[in-house]
Amino acid sequence: MQKVVIVEDFCIACYNCEVACVATHSRSEEPIKAYKRENLRGRSNALVEVNGPIAFSAMCRHCKHPWCLDTCISGAIQRLDNGIVYLDEERCVGCWGCVLGCPYGVAHPNLKGEEKHAFKCDLCIDRLEAGLKPACVEACPNKALIYDETMEETEGAYNR
Amino acid sequence: MLYKKPQIQYYPYIVQRDDYKCVRCLGCVEQCSYDATFYDEELDVIWNKHEACVGCKRCEAMCPTDAIKIVPNPSRPYEHGSWKWDLVMDAYLQANTGSIIITGIGNDKPYRVYFDHLLIDACQVTNPSIDPLREPMELRTFLGRKGQRIELDETVDGNLALKTRLAPQLQLETPIMFSAMSYGSINLNFQESMARAAVQLGTYWNTGEGGLHKRLYPYAGSGIVQVASGRFGVSRDYLKAAAAVEIKIGQGAKPGIGGHLPGEKVNADIAETRMIPRGSDAISPAPHHDIYSIEDLRQLIYAIKEATRYEKPVFVKIAAVHNIAAIASGVARAGADVIVLDGFRGGTGAAPKVVRDHVGIPVEVAIAVVDKRLRDEGMRNEVSIVATGGIRSSADVIKAIALGADAIYIATAAMLAIGCTLCQTCNTGRCAWGITTNDPRLARRQNPEIATEQLANLVKGWSHEMKEMLGAMGINSIESLKGNRLRLRTIGLSEKESEILGVLPAGM
Repeated sequence: MQKVVIVEDFCIACYNCEVACVATHSRSEEPIKAYKRENLRGRSNALVEVNGPIAFSAMCRHCKHPWCLDTCISGAIQRLDNGIVYLDEERCVGCWGCVLGCPYGVAHPNLKGEEKHAFKCDLCIDRLEAGLKPACVEACPNKALIYDETMEETEGAYNR
Repeated sequence: MLYKKPQIQYYPYIVQRDDYKCVRCLGCVEQCSYDATFYDEELDVIWNKHEACVGCKRCEAMCPTDAIKIVPNPSRPYEHGSWKWDLVMDAYLQANTGSIIITGIGNDKPYRVYFDHLLIDACQVTNPSIDPLREPMELRTFLGRKGQRIELDETVDGNLALKTRLAPQLQLETPIMFSAMSYGSINLNFQESMARAAVQLGTYWNTGEGGLHKRLYPYAGSGIVQVASGRFGVSRDYLKAAAAVEIKIGQGAKPGIGGHLPGEKVNADIAETRMIPRGSDAISPAPHHDIYSIEDLRQLIYAIKEATRYEKPVFVKIAAVHNIAAIASGVARAGADVIVLDGFRGGTGAAPKVVRDHVGIPVEVAIAVVDKRLRDEGMRNEVSIVATGGIRSSADVIKAIALGADAIYIATAAMLAIGCTLCQTCNTGRCAWGITTNDPRLARRQNPEIATEQLANLVKGWSHEMKEMLGAMGINSIESLKGNRLRLRTIGLSEKESEILGVLPAGM
């Protein structure tokens, strides 16, 4: 299964996944430069949601039938052969259709940058090709994000 | 009011933040459970309320850009040889509150640590040392009454069979067990991790006095259940499920003091496990109200033995105090299978600071005098000795066993394995590391999967080191080291101290 499993029971809201995501998608691949020089704050594809004791890192579920793809007017969103739902930021025209269409709220509008495109999780496609795990999974200190390609996809929540 | 009272203004820790490195991820704000860190949206700055910081270093550990350092405040109260800064702070604090100061963890005062004044022997030339990587090395330990003698019978086919009925024994693959920490004082994730690690390691864990949660019954076969003065959670199933039963008379961190889990911490789960109403204070009285003599203790020991059909060893845990040898001798005569000696550096979830810091004696001395007394009285074989309270490393384990212990319990070391930073605020129930808290937001910080591995790693590491030390001494079984004080020497101790420990000074 090509997706990151979110284990809600053990998310401790440390935000390390967000920082790792920003860093890995930056030019410098270094968190401080990414935030301070490349101005990528708020560009994390993972978004930690906290409400009382409950927390989890929300990110693209790479749906079998992606609603964001249905709404995309420019063909920027494609479902790749390996199941990754990929948004090509170059081709995106910024209609925000995917932002509205995503039932999980994990396609985000890039409101701060000069180029008005949407952005979403690409499952660290470059890292996967290099044999690494997605950056957020590697950064998670409490095993609240798990990536295991051998894991079966289930409809229900992830059980220990 | 801008004026702050001294005990607030002379706060002990400063949160040093490198503002350039800080990327405002807000992780530290979320991690701080003491309300010492908060985000100012207007200025886009993270502020710290230094006076609220307890120095647990959680934010420092979790900061992804290494922007935070927790440092002692150089401006905390001046001190001299007699008035240390914490004593000054305590005086300020009590002048405001008029109450007892409660604290956690163990005694932090610089008393002499006898373990650090004991040296271990090694073989040279005349007797060969052993390489534990090439030759078998045994750490297996049996706890329980060994008896005076055994009788054998010849069976019809000519083999020998044991005629004597042996007393129940616990089999440990390494003489390191996890000490009593109750559900309530710690959370279930940590307790489950200890239980899982104990099963994995072939050793035992202890429930503490807070009962056995239903989720942990599968691990009860490696569990020692405690019967303390509050009798929380004691039931037929509880006694039946465990490998052994421990009667807790005292705790090294607070000898002579009972326990008190405040009602606000007693949630539905804890209430069910402790078998008390939700929200009611869980008070463990200082004494067992049915034990006022050795004879009374004997009644309870035998009541438990009857209830468990003499199939389980009964431990009696006592705090190391003055005259411990005579007390232990009485406990042995009362019928205990194992005596647990808890030294004054042992940990606690909450204890009056004055008691924690000033009551009791070191466990090293207690082991030495109890072992000697029981030997002199010819009853050392009747009872095993477990030492706890201040065991910090594998060397301490070896030294404790050489002084006369059979096995040891670790608790503070186990907490260190899963992140504890000894900030001494266990009593607040706000442990930012998710150890001594039942707040659902904080308890999830211990993932049993990770914690189990960390705990098992610590014990495995210590066990390997112990094998190395045994090999260096030319011993291939931990049994041969037990009470073998000739393999120890003291350094920097007076003649009297060496005599009490029963160890020769270095050079002899």
